[in-house]
Amino acid sequence: MDLASAQVIGAGLAAVGVGAAAIGVGNVFGSFLESAIRNPAAADSQQGRLFIGFAAAELLGLIAFAVAMIILYAR
Amino acid sequence: MAAESKIDPMHQFQISPLAGHLDGTPFVFTNSALWMLVVLALIWIFMLGGMKRQLVPGRWQVAVEGVTGFVNSMVTTNIGPEGRKYVPWVFTVFMFILFANLLGMMPFALVGAQPFTVTSQFTVTGVMAIISFSIVLVVGFWKHGFRFFTLFIPHGTPAVLLPLIFLIELLSFMVRPFSLALRLFVAMIAGHILVEVFGSFVVQGLNAGGVGPVISLLSFLFIVGVMALEILVCAIQAYVFALLTSLYINDAVNLH
Repeated sequence: MDLASAQVIGAGLAAVGVGAAAIGVGNVFGSFLESAIRNPAAADSQQGRLFIGFAAAELLGLIAFAVAMIILYAR
Repeated sequence: MAAESKIDPMHQFQISPLAGHLDGTPFVFTNSALWMLVVLALIWIFMLGGMKRQLVPGRWQVAVEGVTGFVNSMVTTNIGPEGRKYVPWVFTVFMFILFANLLGMMPFALVGAQPFTVTSQFTVTGVMAIISFSIVLVVGFWKHGFRFFTLFIPHGTPAVLLPLIFLIELLSFMVRPFSLALRLFVAMIAGHILVEVFGSFVVQGLNAGGVGPVISLLSFLFIVGVMALEILVCAIQAYVFALLTSLYINDAVNLH
């Protein structure tokens, strides 16, 4: 296998991480919604924590994207 | 590698000098600098229009007061009453990122201008992250001296685990500026690449003939959805950057 095709395959494999981060982000918002419906009075005060969790989950997906780009455009 | 395909999604992030050459001297007026000035001008106009201090605020003043009140309450709930001192920096970062992100989404290519997203450059987001991190370090050591290092030891850590926990916490602390900068820059790059690639699909599908226009239509509908998501992401990224900055400052001010 030459380098170019190996790069494309590697980038594709690295992009799987983005999907995993999508599961994580969905989990964060899903769990928040689930508990916010149970106790709507406490929901607004936890919005900051919601976005911290979102940011942490999303960061890993974005790192996977960055890795894919580095593999794809590395010479 | 990607040279043989016609789609070149990375071209839009290229920094090119508007006059002169980039090699030789770093002090050249580039398109990045131009768009930063545009962002600054827009923020200036936005703030100036809402600072008339009318007793009965108009729509514009309500918008400005909404943004300032939002940042103010975010900082004070996260840091406490001492946090008022740090509102200027958090507000600056929030407004700059928000306006730069949204300006990058605008279809300026329709009027012939070459659009450029300032926040899609790691240098720009990196400098903002480094400033935030420097504020944390300076405030932490100024207020607490060497007791600032107790930030890396959670309460009730067993003595055996102390060195390990200290190292892990130190590492996670040192990674903060990178994660802060990387998140914003990659989120912007990813969105713009996605829109660019599917935009090229629309053009190529129309040129291809056959079932091409159907694919163009599907791509176009997809782009409309993605654009709506991207505008949401623009606001969320600005919010997350400001929120994390205020949380990190809270660590330095209150030490757990």
